[in-house]
Amino acid sequence: MNAYTYYPGCSLESTASEYDASVRAVFQALEVELHELEEWNCCGASSAHSVNPLLALALPARNLALAQPIGYDLVMPCAACFNRHKSADHELRHNPERREELEAIVGFTYEGNVNVRPLLEVLTLGVGLERIRERVVLPLESLRAVGYYGCLLVRPPEVTQFENPENPRLMNQLLDTLGAEAVDWSYATECCGGGLSLTKSNVAARLVDRLVERAREAGAEAIVTSCPLCQINLEMRQSGQHKMPIFYFTELMGLSFGLSEAESWWNKHLIDPRPLLTEKNLLSQAVVG
Amino acid sequence: MQDFMTEMSTLSEQPISLCFHCHKCTAGCPVVAEMEYGPDRILRMVQLGERERLLQSRDIWLCAACETCGTRCPNEIDIAKVMDALRMEALRSGIAPAEPDAAKFHKLFLFVVQTLGRSHEASLLIAYKLWTMNLLADMDSGMKLFLKGKVPLLPKTIKGRQQVKRIFVKSAEAMAKGQPSPTPAQEAK
Repeated sequence: MNAYTYYPGCSLESTASEYDASVRAVFQALEVELHELEEWNCCGASSAHSVNPLLALALPARNLALAQPIGYDLVMPCAACFNRHKSADHELRHNPERREELEAIVGFTYEGNVNVRPLLEVLTLGVGLERIRERVVLPLESLRAVGYYGCLLVRPPEVTQFENPENPRLMNQLLDTLGAEAVDWSYATECCGGGLSLTKSNVAARLVDRLVERAREAGAEAIVTSCPLCQINLEMRQSGQHKMPIFYFTELMGLSFGLSEAESWWNKHLIDPRPLLTEKNLLSQAVVG
Repeated sequence: MQDFMTEMSTLSEQPISLCFHCHKCTAGCPVVAEMEYGPDRILRMVQLGERERLLQSRDIWLCAACETCGTRCPNEIDIAKVMDALRMEALRSGIAPAEPDAAKFHKLFLFVVQTLGRSHEASLLIAYKLWTMNLLADMDSGMKLFLKGKVPLLPKTIKGRQQVKRIFVKSAEAMAKGQPSPTPAQEAK
């Protein structure tokens, strides 16, 4: 498939604007069509499921209804949005009574012709690592990074259908493809506390510092994520003098593709990744490329 | 009247009675150090019907919904869904939540989505700060985000916001009418 429907989600319109920009740039560079779903609504994550289980399914169901006539796979960059839409699709697909209820609330007929897929999987498995490899002009040599998935992309596995929930490999395979050094660690799917970042900041901060400490211990210089809630939490709640840069995986793709717009993404970070990229000799070349 | 465990099993659609307390959930819980009881004792308290103690507990608000416990549970209890059910029960029982800020955040967030069809960080954060009277927290990073153009002042809204509002109303009506129907997986058990 060479065309997808795109659901950016609310974070990509604000705190994760560089994620949105890098997603669009990378798809264009790979010559894969990405069509933003018109009129999409917020999926309600992560509040609706604490208040009303039907609302938590009905909000994403409206987006599935909008995506049905188009028929392309529905791509979700945000792990929380992916989790909510995939949960709604799972219920609609496997629970006839719930489907009836949701169809009545949203006012549509479920056809089940749209696959809800996380962006990381679409790029590595759908578009494919080979096509990505062909596009790399600036291998990210000597950049040592850990791949970080967090929670909602992988769990619960019967809903997400994501590869090995305790030890996923897609991010490392992608980093290898980009020429970076993917470092193994034991915390790739541990929670960063993103859901508690605003309401219990001190708890989130302890979880973040533990992750960063473990990444450093493994020899990494950066953490690479696909989730906007993890990314901002890891940047905002990180303590200490020497802070570790947190990249979106699409930013590193854009950098290794030599895209000139990559330059505009770094300034959006709360932890400036430019000193690290300069040290690795990756910055000036990207601008020239 | 149904006992508390049956009520929570229905609301969460989870077979809570199957828990045999292997503690695998608690061993992997990232926030257990902050909790009063931890996930397996929470399940035990549900089994014992300790309603008030549970609904007053801060643990139900500290759960990060990371789904680690449910993924590893040998009895396939999705414990995060039990935590959801306990939060819902706490909200509708009128018992003052042990972590009031979390409850306030959920209410404000959903109010913004119900009104605009999408979230809007600037409105949400300002309202949250005013309501919790926690005006100075995160001013530094909040200002940085604003200066980087990451918290647009004007909200984006959608034409279909009336449809979204109707989804809120109908979902609330359906919830009030009765509990959601059980899943086939739960019936099979």
